[in-house]
Amino acid sequence: MAEQAARRGGAGPGPRESTAFLRDPRIRAIIYQVLVLGGVILLAVYLVSNTMTNLEQRSIRTGFGFLQSEAGFYIGETTLVNYAASDSYGRAFLVGISNTLRVALIGIVLATILGTIAGVARLSSNWLIAKLASIYVEVMRNVPLLLQLFFWYGLISAALPASRDAVAILPGTYLSRSGLQYPAPIAHWIHPWMLLSILVALGACYAYYRWAKQKQAQTGVEPRLFLPFVGFLLGFPVIVWLIGGAPMAVDMPELGAFRLVGGAAMSPEFLALLLGLTFYTAGFIAEIVRAGILAVPWGQTEAASSLGLKRSFVLRLVLLPQALRIIIPPTTSQFLNLTKNSSLAVAIGYPDLVSVGNTTLNQTGQAIECISIMMACYLFFSLSISFFMNWYNKNIALVER
Amino acid sequence: MTQTKWLAAAAAVALIGFSGSYAQAQTLNQVQDRDALRCGVNVGLAGFSIADDQGNWTGLDVDYCRALAAAVLGDADKVEYVPLSAQARFTALQSGEVDVLSRNTTWTTTRDAGLGIHFVGVTFYDGQGFMVPADLGVESAHDLSGAEVCVQTGTTTELNLADFFRANDMDLQPVVFEGFEESLNAFFGGRCQVYTTDMSGLAAIRSVDAENPEDYVILPETISKEPLGPSVRRGDDQWFAIAKWVNYALIETEELGITSENVDELRENSDNPGVQRVLGVTGDLADLLGLENDWAYDIVSQVGNYGEIFERNVGVDTPLGLERGVNALWTDGGLMYSMPIR
Repeated sequence: MAEQAARRGGAGPGPRESTAFLRDPRIRAIIYQVLVLGGVILLAVYLVSNTMTNLEQRSIRTGFGFLQSEAGFYIGETTLVNYAASDSYGRAFLVGISNTLRVALIGIVLATILGTIAGVARLSSNWLIAKLASIYVEVMRNVPLLLQLFFWYGLISAALPASRDAVAILPGTYLSRSGLQYPAPIAHWIHPWMLLSILVALGACYAYYRWAKQKQAQTGVEPRLFLPFVGFLLGFPVIVWLIGGAPMAVDMPELGAFRLVGGAAMSPEFLALLLGLTFYTAGFIAEIVRAGILAVPWGQTEAASSLGLKRSFVLRLVLLPQALRIIIPPTTSQFLNLTKNSSLAVAIGYPDLVSVGNTTLNQTGQAIECISIMMACYLFFSLSISFFMNWYNKNIALVER
Repeated sequence: MTQTKWLAAAAAVALIGFSGSYAQAQTLNQVQDRDALRCGVNVGLAGFSIADDQGNWTGLDVDYCRALAAAVLGDADKVEYVPLSAQARFTALQSGEVDVLSRNTTWTTTRDAGLGIHFVGVTFYDGQGFMVPADLGVESAHDLSGAEVCVQTGTTTELNLADFFRANDMDLQPVVFEGFEESLNAFFGGRCQVYTTDMSGLAAIRSVDAENPEDYVILPETISKEPLGPSVRRGDDQWFAIAKWVNYALIETEELGITSENVDELRENSDNPGVQRVLGVTGDLADLLGLENDWAYDIVSQVGNYGEIFERNVGVDTPLGLERGVNALWTDGGLMYSMPIR
């Protein structure tokens, strides 16, 4: 087409311009992109409308109205969100989301700690420690996570006694096939204030840290950090607790007709999932940490040592800041993996987002809606984690002049 | 003039057909062209649908599939079994992956009216119960407050369980599993003190899966109605009618005393008009359904009547050892009642 136009209008200035217009790579790129985008949108519109028509013709219910109707089923773990069978499907989804976040966030923290320890241990000059860390990393990275979950779950149900014969590991704290049951304070109005005071204490810690740095810059004397920090973090809540009349009532697990009831509990499903996710992901993080440390040139260590820095300072002030820049991006994707892998919970009966979503799907039959909700939730979790980690990464990136 | 009208009508039909890709799928033709019935069954539930080590499927639900295949294709063995999980079953039926779903599925309003399917009848009247280890000494479901209950997700069982504990103001700690095997392992492993599912399922589990059946007791209370039956996709009335009348034929033949053993003789010699009508000796009922005249004869000679199917799969001489109870014929005080085949 364009060629023909070019031949025909070779003499006149007008057509030549239009040819040039079409031959301009930038214009062409835009046209192609518009065409592709339009195609994708058309396809999406076709898929959605076709699905809607088909669903309607087969008189299958559609829409998100079901989220407001009564769920009618129980959920085993409702730690963060209050839920009863008379609540709505929407609230049931919230319970699922909170359960997923609970295991994912605790898992991320534990996996980071364990992974860092294992990664550093693998570089240890102690032969035994290095080899043990290697074995750990290789085993964890090379056994499928689902099998590891079954292993932990099987271990808990095989090794532990039934709830009626629970082992007391601490006074009032029991371990059994029904999980870890421990005493919990009976709800009191002062408890939310105590939580708030911990936040205040964190703020106080930060202010003190800034002051200490300033003081060090001015006088060269570094004030102690550890004791004041502990003081803030413990002291503030205790003071608030005393103001609230020091409520001492505690709900202790006691033997009921079938099992220990009362107190708070971590179910074996939660424990198995947490252990599985933590150990598995820590294996990958260990390798990332090891690679990050090895990537900092040996000369840096030598240079720091020759300046007379202590070994701990070499690690903290010279090696780690440089290694972190290499470690953070791949670790982010491990965090994302851990969050998404938590959906394997469904295999061992932990009521996470997927488990609750599947139940809802089954009871309402609205597969498309339930699956979209689940996908949107995971997308949101993952993007939030990436967003936070990217922000953190930018914060610690090398400032180039 | 008439021609234009006809053309316009054809165009309209074509348009409707175009806009809805599956609107009126002729399931009967598809099944006959394929020369096999695709039947959605349970992955494995003793007495209802279970495959042996040779891959042969047996069970009450399976026998319904075989009866339908016998009626439609003249051969009860022309069935392709599609094992389905509790979650996948309705989607498989809706999407046309199976022609009929015969998978111990409870007939409820939500499912009948909201999922684009039709239940064709009831093949087994069940009810939900509880099983506990005998050494707990529990005698009634009303004593179960505070217990941990293992249950499989995606079933009416889960909802009935919640209803029962709510209605009686009892404390429930459910442990919900996606898979049947996982839920069983958890119960036998001691993760929960109670297992709940339909009574027939409990009987099967106690006799087949438990290491020592005496160690477990099934509590006397039946907490729900569970009418289990096959279902078909909406939008194909002919197929719906066939599936429905195959179910009635199984019951009607038992009412008439037609069994797989005497069916040949009765077809030759019986002068009972009811028997003659069912077996296609007289009348044109088969034409109305779009089937061959000997459809019911094929069912009974190859699969048997409802009573035979019941006794073979779940009756007193099987590991499940169930009495007919409410599943007896209405003439014997049960609920099995066929609409008249005439």
